[in-house]
Amino acid sequence: MTLVAILLFAGGTYALRLAGPVLYNRIDVSDRTRTWLTLPTVALLAALAATATLLPGGEFDSVARVVGVAVGIVAALRRLPFVVVVLLAAGTTAVLRQLGLT
Amino acid sequence: MKRIVDPDLARDVSAIAAATGLVGVSFGAIALAAGTSPWLTVAMSMLVFAAASQFTAVAVIASGGSLVAAVLAGLLLNVRHILLGLAAGEQLGRSWAGRLIGSHLLVDESVAFTLAQSDPRRRRLAYWTTGLSLFVAWNVGVIVGALAGRAVGDPHALGLDAAFPAALVALLLPSLRQQRPRRVALVAVVVALATTPLVPAGLPVLLALLALPAALLPSRRPATAEGSADSREPPDTSPTDRRTQ
Repeated sequence: MTLVAILLFAGGTYALRLAGPVLYNRIDVSDRTRTWLTLPTVALLAALAATATLLPGGEFDSVARVVGVAVGIVAALRRLPFVVVVLLAAGTTAVLRQLGLT
Repeated sequence: MKRIVDPDLARDVSAIAAATGLVGVSFGAIALAAGTSPWLTVAMSMLVFAAASQFTAVAVIASGGSLVAAVLAGLLLNVRHILLGLAAGEQLGRSWAGRLIGSHLLVDESVAFTLAQSDPRRRRLAYWTTGLSLFVAWNVGVIVGALAGRAVGDPHALGLDAAFPAALVALLLPSLRQQRPRRVALVAVVVALATTPLVPAGLPVLLALLALPAALLPSRRPATAEGSADSREPPDTSPTDRRTQ
């Protein structure tokens, strides 16, 4: 990467980041709209979690990761602390990979 | 404003910050291996501060792509920040300083952490705590990786690729306990997975927004608290009849 490319990359990313907050302040957001705004956010983050688990880089490549994430989700559903959820997901995947599973 | 630091929040954010730092170390090492100088690697990480898009841009170059292709691929992955920014608008407040600085700290995790909070003060605290912590952790990690030239601890072997999705789901769970967001999330997941093999990276999560009409479908169980809170939902006919009597 060159400095010019990095500056374009950074400038573009910052513009994308700033667009939301600027737009948010232009429109008068009611409590009701705010509630509805969480729906696209939930959709986006759920889609992100699913693709990062099953198809990162466009294809299925790791059983160990899927099992790890599944263990993490079960822990979260059982209302275990967030830190435990993260450690269980990473730990399970790490152990499975130690055992030779990809 | 009794306490500035929320110990539970600090502990939760620390877990993700630690993972982010380790991934940062590997980014520093990979960017260096792909021919980017240490100082440019660190400059990119501080100025772009979006892990997935940085890995993508570096991968495009490493596989022989042009600088233009690398920047465009990276920016495409970051288009989702427009939506994340709308969701974070409340947390950034009305001052320009808050918006200009806060926007740079806008990452998936800072928004996910605010979603899991119930009142506005805690949402604000969660946003800034997460954004600042991840910014510091990511960049310290990248500096270490770019200087060491190799990953100290392989994120893949440590299972960190499982940590991030699991963390996102855990933060989404409070929202998913309601029927409408749950239905939207399910359709979004299906759309994103189905389109991933067909379109460039970054687009599937945007196409997932096509799931939103799923929220407008009439609720089959109007007795839920969510249904009664929404006045646009047609009221259940039998109670209406009783009310008019």
